[in-house]
Amino acid sequence: MLERIEEIRGEASAAIAAAGSSAELEELRVRYLGRKAELTGVLRGIAELPPEERGEVGGAANRARKELEALLEQSAERLSASELEQQLVSDRIDVTLPGAPPRPVGHPHLIARTTRLIEDTMVGLGYHVAEGPEIEHDYYNFTALNHPPGHPARMLQDTFYVQSHPDVLLRTHTSPMQVRSMEAKPPPIFVVVPGKVYRRDSDATHSPMFHQVEGLAIGEGLTLADLQGTLLAMCRALFGAERELRLRPHFFPFTEPSVEVDVSCFQCGGSGELAGGERCNLCKGQGWIEILGAGMVDPNVLGFVEGHGYDAERVQGFAFGIGVERVAMLRHGVPDLRRFFDNDVRMLEQFG
Amino acid sequence: MRAPLSWLREYCDPGMDPAALADRLVMTGTEVERIDTVGPKSGDGFVVGKVLAREQHPDADRLSVCRVDTGEGERTIVCGAPNVDAGQTVAVVLPGATMPGGMKIRKAKLRGVASEGMILSAAELEIAEEADGIMVLDDGPPPGTPLSEVLPLGEPVLEIEVTPNRTDCFGVHGVAREVHAITGAPLAPDPWAEDASAEGEGEASDYASVRVDVPELCPRFTARVFTDIAVAPSPAWLQARLTAAGQRPINNVVDITNYVMLLTAQPLHAFDLDKVPGGELIVRTAEDGEKMTTLDDVERSFDAETVLVCDREGPSGIAGIMGGQRSEVSDATTRVLLEVACWNGTNILRTSRMLGLRSEASSRFEKQLHPDLCLRAQRIASRLLIELCGAKMVPGTIDEAAEIPEPRRLRLRASRVEGLLGMTISQDEQKVYLERLGFEASADGDDLEVVVPPDRHYDVTREVDLIEEVARVHGIDEHLPTTLPATGTEVGGLSRAQRLRRRAEDGLRDLGFDQVVGWSFTDPGEAGRLRIPDDDPRATPVLLANPLSEEQSAMRTTLLGSLLDVAARNNARGAGNLALFESARVYLQDATPADGVDPLAGHFAGDQPAPFSEPHRFAALATGSLSERSWRGGGEAADFFALKGALEALARQLGVALSFAAAEQPFLHPGRSAAISIGDTAAGWLGEVHPLVCRTWDLDAAVAFEIDAAPLLAAATVGEERYEDVTTFPAVYQDLAVVVPADVPAEAVSEAIRAGGGELLQGAEVFDLFEGEQLGENRKSLALNLEFRAPDRTLTDEEVAGLREAIKAKLDEIGGTLRE
Ligand SMILES: [Zn+2]
Repeated sequence: MLERIEEIRGEASAAIAAAGSSAELEELRVRYLGRKAELTGVLRGIAELPPEERGEVGGAANRARKELEALLEQSAERLSASELEQQLVSDRIDVTLPGAPPRPVGHPHLIARTTRLIEDTMVGLGYHVAEGPEIEHDYYNFTALNHPPGHPARMLQDTFYVQSHPDVLLRTHTSPMQVRSMEAKPPPIFVVVPGKVYRRDSDATHSPMFHQVEGLAIGEGLTLADLQGTLLAMCRALFGAERELRLRPHFFPFTEPSVEVDVSCFQCGGSGELAGGERCNLCKGQGWIEILGAGMVDPNVLGFVEGHGYDAERVQGFAFGIGVERVAMLRHGVPDLRRFFDNDVRMLEQFG
Repeated sequence: MRAPLSWLREYCDPGMDPAALADRLVMTGTEVERIDTVGPKSGDGFVVGKVLAREQHPDADRLSVCRVDTGEGERTIVCGAPNVDAGQTVAVVLPGATMPGGMKIRKAKLRGVASEGMILSAAELEIAEEADGIMVLDDGPPPGTPLSEVLPLGEPVLEIEVTPNRTDCFGVHGVAREVHAITGAPLAPDPWAEDASAEGEGEASDYASVRVDVPELCPRFTARVFTDIAVAPSPAWLQARLTAAGQRPINNVVDITNYVMLLTAQPLHAFDLDKVPGGELIVRTAEDGEKMTTLDDVERSFDAETVLVCDREGPSGIAGIMGGQRSEVSDATTRVLLEVACWNGTNILRTSRMLGLRSEASSRFEKQLHPDLCLRAQRIASRLLIELCGAKMVPGTIDEAAEIPEPRRLRLRASRVEGLLGMTISQDEQKVYLERLGFEASADGDDLEVVVPPDRHYDVTREVDLIEEVARVHGIDEHLPTTLPATGTEVGGLSRAQRLRRRAEDGLRDLGFDQVVGWSFTDPGEAGRLRIPDDDPRATPVLLANPLSEEQSAMRTTLLGSLLDVAARNNARGAGNLALFESARVYLQDATPADGVDPLAGHFAGDQPAPFSEPHRFAALATGSLSERSWRGGGEAADFFALKGALEALARQLGVALSFAAAEQPFLHPGRSAAISIGDTAAGWLGEVHPLVCRTWDLDAAVAFEIDAAPLLAAATVGEERYEDVTTFPAVYQDLAVVVPADVPAEAVSEAIRAGGGELLQGAEVFDLFEGEQLGENRKSLALNLEFRAPDRTLTDEEVAGLREAIKAKLDEIGGTLRE
């Protein structure tokens, strides 16, 4: 019996030493140390041996088992290191193939992004953002903005009306929220109103739907000079810190005095000429670009909210309206207003 | 309004070049659109000539060979005009000069005869629109005199866009007064200061009578009578001036009425008195349906609010808008009744819009002129009719006037000037500016007492209007300081809903969707194309009364239509995969009650609720794939679950739990569509677009959702989260395989598990779906990962085992069993 144990030990040791792979090693482990292995059978059968043989045979078998286990472990380590080596060699990839593409992020619409830029600038100046209805009562769009019925100023903006509601229209400007905002909150009030507006006009420079941001500031002692400062801050945020403003007197029914506001051209720096000496195409050689309309809120408008705490002898302020498409066109060189509503993804994806 | 510079300078000459003057006008509130030039840019080579002899061209019937004295000697000029003749004084252009159109004049042979220059017509000089032949000048200036000394050549014309409040600037004199105010250059005496002398026979009332039946619509009607009129073409200077101002010369009488209107802004109308039966005029409103043929040879029909100027035989003109053919001045006219009236502006505007007829006269009257202007115009026109038409003015003016408004008096407080503008303008300066503008101003302490002139009566009605006048003349651009307002305790910011909406938009963008801005307009047929039945409220959009086109005549009730439009357009251009979203409003008929202010739900600030409901929505649409195709795979067609995953990812960013239930929409695949709800609130839909709808839009397939912003953002917890202790006591994770009948929705399984697991169950995510024969007919197996956690202790195996039993019991109720 002892010889047989020694035989098995010798045979197994040689086989383990010669094993060339982990799989082979596992086979050997099963063959020599598994449940059906001879050595295992010897150990299991010890109880049946005569008592005087038990100690010697058991000791030899256990030693042989331990030795083989140690050998198996050593070989396993050796083999796994070399197998990993091989594995790594065979795992080689073509690193020049393209990477797995993640889902690319989408793009904000230029109108939305520009609106946010204007909102954020005004929020920084202390304004809230309010929104009003696009389908509006004539009262808020015209009457309360000092356009009485039959007033020729109503013809300045050709208006869409709603069928079978003669006093309901699509707002022609964001200004109706001036009166709505004042109805909702006593002075002081600092608010900007972004949103869609509609005019019955469609050609290369007019879209029947477009976007505006309205500004309204009412309090004690607000002046035309304050309006100029506010607009200067806004225009510098939109068009660059070097910009200057020019206020030209104008007429709007709901402001008095009213001004149209030009910003110095950011392409030619206000000179009207480009570096090469040719005429600046952005400002058409003027050096100035018309950008918005503004003015001191007309006392007649405040008269419509007198009951809400707006006494024109005590509080005053200013309002302005800026076209979002115009700002976006100027900032990004978009040549045609209609591109914004075409939503061609080839354009959308230019702006991130 | 076109203001020829030479005409302007007749009343006020600031000695500035046209561009500098235009700049000054622009910066003080008069918009000069451009400076036009009428006639040759340079007068060089344009001279007065005398035709010494005219002979028939030997080889051309219609050409004449003329010997012309042009000062420096005689020259031969071939002329094609039929009216050329010896003895005429004419306008000649010499070789080397440039014509208004840019053509350079050269010596040329015409049918074998050398011609050195050209005899000009008025049209060629751009001082008339058309001409029958050459222009014959008055004798006097010797040959060789530069033509520019006789005629306005290269006349700069200011094209002014007059704002509707400044009725005075619809006349050259008003613009001249403005130039006087802003430059300080002297203003000539008023051209109406002196009246004509009446040398006709009898009294005006012997020839004509006027009855005004509607004084509220005709505050003043004045008429004068002229006899011995000789109708003829106007002299060259008048024709040139009218042409430069954009008015076509007709004959001297009509030209004078136009000239005076262009000068004073007050329209006039000349009747052939012999065609006004009995010389009797009646101003009345029309019978509904009454008709008349106007000067432009169009028969027009009126309503009961139209004001007509009539004679015994019927309508003779539409008040303030256009005269009639019947009493038009013709070459045979010898007696003229000159009407200068004042009309109700609102009524004129209304009628002009109703008729779709706008004239030079109506565009002035509609802005409300002052009755005082009538006599100014009568006086200037009378002098010209006598001077240019040989007329005799019959003494007396017929003047039917309702009450003429008292001059307006206003107080201008120094404190208000400074308080409103934020800049100081001295009292002396204020007074000077106002007086130059035609106001009377007298000091009273620091303030001014001001009287408004009639042509500013309806424009300057309050102190603030005076402040604007002094501010703009003073120079806002030059003098206004730049300050920022004190905002006191007001602090700006976005509302939570506004911030969350931005977060949602950014979330969709980061999930790969491009933002679009669709039209709010659609056509009424869109609902049909979306298969929406007629009784669905979405098939009844808000309709426009005056749309630009049928395609833009309804307000959209869903964002889906415009997303499909955008997808179809891009698809047609060869775009492959499209992932689009829009964040915008829809417009619904049912007016919502104004409970509070939630602009996202269509409740806005203000005393009156919005006329219609305008809820804000988010909608997305994908065609093609939502995943990128590469050499490793990907690029599977976007289906229900691809878009649902994106929507769920969006909801997670906002901290909102959405639930989905199978529900049909007419425009969605009936088996692949869901209703979205948040808590108990229905919030929108999600699904694969119905194949028939896809076909209508020429798309292979599409998947879309639309969700109301108000409930979504109201449920958002992002930004308001509370700290939860998840580290002190560990969670227990277990997987669960549930076999249920195939028609039991996963949502029901999750609900049963949540009900069984109670508060200690923190999460139950489906991670596998298995359908196979070994489960039996019509059964499926869902695998879920469960997370159990107690905030105050480590859960024991017994506790978790108990929860599993409870879950098992709940699953049993929906026919589910656990697969061990
Ligand atoms: Zn420029």
